[in-house]
Amino acid sequence: MKHSQLASASALSLVVASLGASAQAEDLTLCWAAWDPANALVELSKEFEAQSGHSMSFEFIPWPNFADRMLNELNSGGKLCDLLIGDSQWIGGGAENGHYVKLNDFFDAENISMGDFADATVYAYSTWPKGSENYYALPAMGDANGWFYRKDWFERDDIKAAFQEATGRELAEPKTQKEMLEIAQFFQGREIDGQTVYGAAIFTERGSEGITMGVTSALYPWGFKYENTPGQYDMEGAVNSAEAVEALEFYKEFYKTATPPGYTNSYMGESLDAFKSGQVAMAMNWFAFFPGLYADPNTGGDKIDFFVNPPQNQAGSTLGGQGISVVAYSDKQAAALEYIKWFANPEVQQKWWDLGGYSAHKAVLENPDFVDSAPFAGDFLEAMGAVQDFWQEPAYAELLLAMQKRIHDYVVADQGTAQEALDKLIEDWTETFEDEGKL
Amino acid sequence: MSDTPISRAANATPANVARKIKGLSDRAIAWIFVGPTIFLLLAVNIFPLIWTINLSFTNFRANRLNREVEYVGFRNYERILTDSDIWLNMQATAHFLFWTIFFQVVIGFTLAYLINKKFKGNDLWTTIIVLPMMLSPAVVGNFWKFLYQPQIGLFNYIITFFTGKEPSSFEMLGSVDLAPWSIVIVDTWMWTPFVMLICLAGLRSIPDYIYEAAEVDRASKLRQFFTITIPMILPFLMLAILFRGIENFKMFDLVVQLTGGGPGSTTELTSINLKREAFEKWRTGYASAYAIILFVTVFGLASIYVKALNKVKER
Repeated sequence: MKHSQLASASALSLVVASLGASAQAEDLTLCWAAWDPANALVELSKEFEAQSGHSMSFEFIPWPNFADRMLNELNSGGKLCDLLIGDSQWIGGGAENGHYVKLNDFFDAENISMGDFADATVYAYSTWPKGSENYYALPAMGDANGWFYRKDWFERDDIKAAFQEATGRELAEPKTQKEMLEIAQFFQGREIDGQTVYGAAIFTERGSEGITMGVTSALYPWGFKYENTPGQYDMEGAVNSAEAVEALEFYKEFYKTATPPGYTNSYMGESLDAFKSGQVAMAMNWFAFFPGLYADPNTGGDKIDFFVNPPQNQAGSTLGGQGISVVAYSDKQAAALEYIKWFANPEVQQKWWDLGGYSAHKAVLENPDFVDSAPFAGDFLEAMGAVQDFWQEPAYAELLLAMQKRIHDYVVADQGTAQEALDKLIEDWTETFEDEGKL
Repeated sequence: MSDTPISRAANATPANVARKIKGLSDRAIAWIFVGPTIFLLLAVNIFPLIWTINLSFTNFRANRLNREVEYVGFRNYERILTDSDIWLNMQATAHFLFWTIFFQVVIGFTLAYLINKKFKGNDLWTTIIVLPMMLSPAVVGNFWKFLYQPQIGLFNYIITFFTGKEPSSFEMLGSVDLAPWSIVIVDTWMWTPFVMLICLAGLRSIPDYIYEAAEVDRASKLRQFFTITIPMILPFLMLAILFRGIENFKMFDLVVQLTGGGPGSTTELTSINLKREAFEKWRTGYASAYAIILFVTVFGLASIYVKALNKVKER
């Protein structure tokens, strides 16, 4: 932990220095993924530039290459990014490998309280070890996996009647995972306005994190746990519990019976394409995309509505989102910390939400007007109340790729059973934790 | 003086050259010229190889530089050689190698044989056939991905035309059975022209008088084909197989674009698997051992093959 101590000491001295440092204008580079919220952040950051005198440059990497590009940058001690909005799973590696500046002293010096941010986001985006009060990021972009659907189809009398006849119940937003599958199967292969449509677009991507993010949206509502006892890495009976097996079988049935043909390797982009082209009745995706979907002239507005990932045995949503960190290799840490200080301001956070970013600040989320401020705002709040995240261990990439393989082998490639897939996953993860010296 | 490359170079240097550079012997001048190349060779090829062998016995991770590196003996090798998933990747690679080379040689030779006949527009056809191998594999991968698309892809519609099946009733890239073949088809489409060009060079190197002598001896065309054409073009064919074999063993970009290794791990070739281990999972020591195993495999097979090739050439 020498790196972290050094980093926190230097951070404190930089904070002190930064009090009078505004005189020296810097050109800060902020790195993030290339997606809708990034554009909103560019707009928001103009205010920072005007106030601080610093100029902002942005390095936005497409999602499929984001982790590869940024983790290579951090691992090589690169100075490209002064500020990085890195995925939640990176926080363990960011902290233990000394990539991120520890922010505790800075937060104390600037009276930035983590209590002002939603608890789930602080836990997921900022802390390492989990649940400790060691902060390596400020919650920047709250996000979770949610759903949207063709409201105009759901409201059509002919479709409603057909659904009633087929299932004996009314066509409406699903209240459980199984109801959602039933709706998706109803739409699968149905002809609407002369076009064959399908049930839902779900995540099945193999290369990065897609199918894991998709399948956990089923696993968590069934009660999936990574460990029996947090921090003990005792996975037997948790990862491969009867509930987990049932949830995995459910996801496979969903994929086989209710998705468009050819969606064997689909993630965010494919889900958006399927929905916007009128192919599917429902689709899963991150809340971050919802403002753009609502604004879409063809399938947005009155034609779309949103719902939180439905519960089954319990509520549960897959966590997305990121925290903003100061990169330890940056030569402009003082100016970068200034940006974080500015970004943590409740007024800036409100503007962030207004522009299409997902603020995690309680002043925004607990505002009585928040729920009605967007058609998906209420669902977002509900989702963030029941989020779970993947392992955030320094070896998260190894853990993630093992899950990608085992789940894709079972769900898409029809190899083995759900029980075997999860048993093998425990073997893979056990090997990783043994190598890490944690087992 | 011993008969080494340096000595030979020194002996080959004209005496008056050395005399013009005061104080330098012929041997020193030879070293000045050859030295940088030897240094570069050591730095770029030999040192990384030795370093990789060293890393293969450790638990080193390139993304965890502040973690203590431990020597783990042959554990990485043992893990790799007993991992059933890696053997499945090896099988997928062998399947891909065998069928791509088989089709490319058969089709490439046939095309070369046809193109070699004198006919009008033969140069134009050669140019058209050669076009695919001039494209970037990433572009080809994306291009064929669209062709294979079950709902709008042209490939499925062509199959539909001949079989009467619904275009969306089968998925070339999404089916465990069809995905490996979909890659074989694309690679064959792209690289058959390469084999064709080598075969064409071979066919055109056969002197006409041999065929004329065979005609005088009243040998049939079939006899000429099997006793003249095939034996004389065999070294060229073997060279094409060697080039394609080495290239396809390393195949990465085309497969990543087409299937990403999926569905499941059906088309995860060893090169893709190795990349995942080295630069996604960051198990550097493990990946080094994996790379060494692959290196030894390819080097061994290629050495045997080159010996066979030399024997064929000597005949």
